[in-house]
Amino acid sequence: MLELIFPPAFILILGAFLIGPIRAPLRPLIVLGTPLLTLYAIWQMGDGIQLTAQFLNYEIQLIESSPLRRLFATIFAIMAFVGGLFAFRQAKWWELAAAQAYAAGAIGVSFAGDLITMFLFWELMAIFSTVVVWCGGTEGARKAGIRYAIMHLVGGVLLKIGIEGVMVHTGSIEIQPIPLTNIDGWLILIGVLINAAAPPLSAWLADAYPESSPSGSVFLSAFTTKTAVLALILLFPGQQILIWIGLYMIFYGIIYALLENDMRRILAYSIVNQVGFMVCGIGIGTEMAINGASAHAFAHIIYKALLLMSAGSVLYMTGRRKCSELGGLYHSMPLTALCGIIGALAISAFPFTSGFISKSMISQSAADQHLMMVWLLLLAASAGVFLHAGIKFPWFVFFQKDSGLRPKDPPWNMRAAMVLLAAACILLGIFPEWLYRLLPYPVDYVPYTASHLLTQLQLLLFSGLAFFALLPLMRRTLTISLDFDWVYRRLILSLMNRLICLLSCLNTALRNASNRVFSIIWTYIGRHHGPEGMLARTWPTGSVVTWVVVLLTVFLLFSIY
Amino acid sequence: MNNRDSAQNGVQKSWLYRPENHKKLWWGFGLILAATVVVQLFVPVHGHFGFDGWFGFSAAFGFLSCALMVVFAKLLGYLLKRPDNYYDDDA
Repeated sequence: MLELIFPPAFILILGAFLIGPIRAPLRPLIVLGTPLLTLYAIWQMGDGIQLTAQFLNYEIQLIESSPLRRLFATIFAIMAFVGGLFAFRQAKWWELAAAQAYAAGAIGVSFAGDLITMFLFWELMAIFSTVVVWCGGTEGARKAGIRYAIMHLVGGVLLKIGIEGVMVHTGSIEIQPIPLTNIDGWLILIGVLINAAAPPLSAWLADAYPESSPSGSVFLSAFTTKTAVLALILLFPGQQILIWIGLYMIFYGIIYALLENDMRRILAYSIVNQVGFMVCGIGIGTEMAINGASAHAFAHIIYKALLLMSAGSVLYMTGRRKCSELGGLYHSMPLTALCGIIGALAISAFPFTSGFISKSMISQSAADQHLMMVWLLLLAASAGVFLHAGIKFPWFVFFQKDSGLRPKDPPWNMRAAMVLLAAACILLGIFPEWLYRLLPYPVDYVPYTASHLLTQLQLLLFSGLAFFALLPLMRRTLTISLDFDWVYRRLILSLMNRLICLLSCLNTALRNASNRVFSIIWTYIGRHHGPEGMLARTWPTGSVVTWVVVLLTVFLLFSIY
Repeated sequence: MNNRDSAQNGVQKSWLYRPENHKKLWWGFGLILAATVVVQLFVPVHGHFGFDGWFGFSAAFGFLSCALMVVFAKLLGYLLKRPDNYYDDDA
């Protein structure tokens, strides 16, 4: 009964503590062993509340399990393992430790039975994901990490105020659907949405993730946004507003990825795009839609990690990250290219990949609810995913022009991690029931019909035609694209500079004015009391004696009369 | 379209980069595209809303929506693109 007294998240936290002090040769054992142990613990737990504790006079539920929670915890533990495999020989030990603590936060949120526990693990994620960003080791990573931390701490504060509001107003800290009837609900929603990279505060993701190390971005892509998706499913299922937020995220991701030159930033924008599909599904809120969002989160974590591993391998072997400096690598890095292409096909929902069996459930749920506009936009978005991630990423990195670079495939552990995930993408595509069995609701959906296969192939292949036909419009430029972060990185900064300038001008003016006034007063005083002043003049003794005589005479005269 | 890069040290370029093969690639791609549309004559497509079952609807919709997104991104790029060292002097 080890599992009952020992929450799965604590296994990873213990691992994170051990990675540093333990002898280096034993480190891989911890890095790879603890996620597997965690996975075992996750699957040993029954449903319902498993462990409670006392915290600040509240009874908190450290572990509440359900199929939905188990699904997310499972994929988080798998990612901690495969990410560890990808990273353990190249990354610094403190990055590995931070990544395990980060994964622990994600798994802790998955099983949190109440809002307090959720918040504590939520902040654990915020702290250690910042450390993972910092492990990029560059000046850019340091600055991006600080911006990332500020954004998540702000989100955390909003979330905390919201949670306290709910506690005060309802007296309950249960995790259950929260109505958006007062400010509490809205604050919690905003706090969660910041972690989901929803507009307008979505720039942190594309800002920070590409600055991390080759392995860091793999960890970062998996946990933060997907725990936010889980929190949205648990707290705000069927909130209509999420449909439109999700659609905005979808198209924001596509457009910004089309403009982008940094290969990992393309993939970062595409995370926002994919999370948009999930958020939209949660907004639709039917059993099919929630199943779709959950399945898509599971599938997405796998293929996005695969894509980032492929990009990370290219970065690790070449030291370059810009599409304009890459190209033609398929020849010397065949395995990396193949795995990248499989990930790209999966994210595009190509038939017989994991994306095909998960994303289509969200579209289907929109059609079932007769949301024609939403369905059409999702369809256009599916085409757009192939455009910005499915073709653009592999084309510009592995094909395009010959950059003259001849890097080899990366070391064995990185290759092994990629092969594992590539296999998972294809196996889930061929055997969808493996994933469907784990979903929160019974699945009444058949992905492989002739009609669905045909329309999907038409859609994707003609998107491909559009890509190659319009390739001249997508010439890579050495640019970034302004986003909302411009407001806090430039606008507020320049306003503050202007304010400081204004204040210093005011200061100078006041100083000058006061100097003038003081100098006038000074001259006046000086005239009377200065060395030459009338009142400060030294008088001769004779005249004083004369005046004393006059005074005494006057006094004498007064006393006589 | 990338045939301007010269071969490295006289080594022959790989098949994909030889200009004479570009035409073959486009023909192959075109045939696959045509096939996916023609097959619809034999496989009935069940639309959810009626119009989406039209002949070649997905193909046309995919192409047009992508073209629209590319053009929109291009136009937005004029407004939003900055040199990639734009933020480098951040404090």
